[in-house]
Amino acid sequence: MATIELRDIRKSYADVAVIHGISLTVDDGSFVVLVGPSGCGKSTLLRMIAGLEEITGGELAIDGKVANHEGAADRGLAMVFQSYALYPHMTVYQNMSFGLENTRMPKDEIDRRVRRAAEQLRITDYLKRRPKALSGGQRQRVAIGRAIVREPKAFLFDEPLSNLDAELRVAMRKELAALHREIRATMVYVTHDQVEAMTLADKIVVINAGRVEQSGAPLDLYNRPANRFVAGFIGSPKMNMLEGALAERVAGGVVIGLDGGHRLVLPFDVPGLAPGTRVTLGVRPEHVDIAGREASGALPASVDINEQLGGETYLYCTLAGQEQVTVHQPGQRAVRHGDSVGLTIRTASIHLFAPDGSVVAHGADHAPADALAVAAAH
Amino acid sequence: MTTETAASTTGRGRAPQKGVVMGFLTRRRGGKRLHWTDWATWAYLAFGILLMFGPIVWLLLSSFKTQAGLQEFPPTFLPLSQVTVEVEGSPRPLPLFRVTMEDGSVRELAEVRRIGIVSTMIDPADPDERISVPIEAREPIRAFQLATENYTTPLEQFDFGRYLWNSVFVTVIATMITLVINSMAAFALSIYEFKGRNLAMGFIISTLMIPITIVLVPTYVVVASLGMVNSLWGVIIPGAATPTGVFLLRQYMLTLPKELIEAARMDKASEWQIYWRIVLPLSLPALAVLAIFSIMWRWNDFLWPLIVLNQTEVYTLQLGLNAFQGELNTQWNYVLAMTVVTLLPVALVFAFLQRFITTGIASSGMK
Repeated sequence: MATIELRDIRKSYADVAVIHGISLTVDDGSFVVLVGPSGCGKSTLLRMIAGLEEITGGELAIDGKVANHEGAADRGLAMVFQSYALYPHMTVYQNMSFGLENTRMPKDEIDRRVRRAAEQLRITDYLKRRPKALSGGQRQRVAIGRAIVREPKAFLFDEPLSNLDAELRVAMRKELAALHREIRATMVYVTHDQVEAMTLADKIVVINAGRVEQSGAPLDLYNRPANRFVAGFIGSPKMNMLEGALAERVAGGVVIGLDGGHRLVLPFDVPGLAPGTRVTLGVRPEHVDIAGREASGALPASVDINEQLGGETYLYCTLAGQEQVTVHQPGQRAVRHGDSVGLTIRTASIHLFAPDGSVVAHGADHAPADALAVAAAH
Repeated sequence: MTTETAASTTGRGRAPQKGVVMGFLTRRRGGKRLHWTDWATWAYLAFGILLMFGPIVWLLLSSFKTQAGLQEFPPTFLPLSQVTVEVEGSPRPLPLFRVTMEDGSVRELAEVRRIGIVSTMIDPADPDERISVPIEAREPIRAFQLATENYTTPLEQFDFGRYLWNSVFVTVIATMITLVINSMAAFALSIYEFKGRNLAMGFIISTLMIPITIVLVPTYVVVASLGMVNSLWGVIIPGAATPTGVFLLRQYMLTLPKELIEAARMDKASEWQIYWRIVLPLSLPALAVLAIFSIMWRWNDFLWPLIVLNQTEVYTLQLGLNAFQGELNTQWNYVLAMTVVTLLPVALVFAFLQRFITTGIASSGMK
């Protein structure tokens, strides 16, 4: 088990910089998920930790020891690849024992470890098969088993679930979480799927264009996104972004003039923003409520699509001057395409972003949980 | 695994059913009557078979003809030889002829001697009566007969067994060396990324443009100064590294998933282990192709062994064959028979290894 520390890690190919200085600490025994859109550099970062890519700048320390120039084999880490990368000409047993044979471990110890890992992952019956004869989920287990038997300092996962179908992905996700609880190993996990990140991580690191946007516990990122990118990336469906400008200051609050003509009164002041400044008002679909069209304080909108899943309902509504607003509500809603509705927003769930994307205020810091933002006529 | 693939695997396990084969062979385009494309297809295929197998069959049949049979004109297709009979009072068997007598009747007579255009013959049933017959009136009686001495004589008298052994030795050892060193070069040129990698590859490929005749003398000088003249190693070593082989293997190794190599690195495999335990087994199809090539090149190689080897003890089969071809007299019956012997191993190798050409096992372990 180990602590991994990244200090201002940089990577460039020829003259093109892809990682612009990332600092990060992976605590001993923790599960850290690197998440970001494809091409953001998260896999490159993981490969640099693994020793498969050279580090252009900065320092990588494993257990306090600088490991920049150690080879992949000497870092004591194990990696699970996206494609599993099982050796096709070897049986499952050989796939798992190969790494141990290379360390000249005694045969009976190898056998003991392989069998224990196989039992843990429920692949004992397949030990004599070739990877070709296994299903996707079984291959995935073998790939994880190959990492486990090595008893590495840390596990590195590169989008390990992306080749599985949706159902299997959920099952494997739970198994991974259980595995981590069981062996308490340090794990670094790369994914573009924020659901995996939210469910597995002790700590999420959101990466975009080679920079860390925010890192922290999953719910911290969800509740208090540091910027517009994180707000949009974490949470599904995406957070609604209402564009507008700070219209005026009133007693104990501000009025936001939304594009499209509606005005929203927020019961807290936003210091530092002059009236007329553009702002983005972010609110998650689950924090938007449906009320009657004439309900006081509601934003009038019309329903485009109503997706009823039985237990929950997704409404896609048109609000004048704004992009489509998503509403996520539990239970079933009897509204149809074309119906007029009123949307109410709880103040505590509002996030205000400045034009540069940074957060200006979280509603939760200023308002009680059930207060509504009041839509005022203009 | 879908039902489709399951069905095809079970089908492959058994021998194809007779009905399927016949159905395939008699498949035609135009319903009941033959379409003209059916005729064209059959004609084309028949021509192809004739073109490919005609010479081989001709060689095979001719290798069983006697020296005299070979020089006959017009040539016969089957190995025929004249029938002889033992006749009382004659020291050797006499050739049998079918003779048209003056009265028009036809008799089978044995020839005792021939003087000018008159042949003296006897009836094997009645050896005392001598009959004079003009030679135009007789016609030899011939029957199908295999001249197996074409095979046995060279193998016993000319030490063809030794040539065979030399050829096998050269072919096997040279192919093994070729596979090992070519795959090592290909490994370096495909798995490692370094400056000038493509330049090095281009340089290797460009040596294909130099004909062997140009490097013949310099190579001989090198071989001679290393004392390898009249040694089989002198034949094996100079041709062990082939640009074709490096190119073939490298292109195949480039298709191996990079993640496999990286996984092996994470598994603490040394570079040698990556080569020997990961890359080589996965390159088996390409290695098999190169092995077939190498075996054919080495087995049929003539020019280079001719230059390096000039003592009969180290002759390879091809040189041995050449020995039958004298300045004045060529023993065609031996040449042909031994040509068949030299053809057999290559044909067998091809029959057994060719399935590897189409087998791809490298991709199956990935997603």
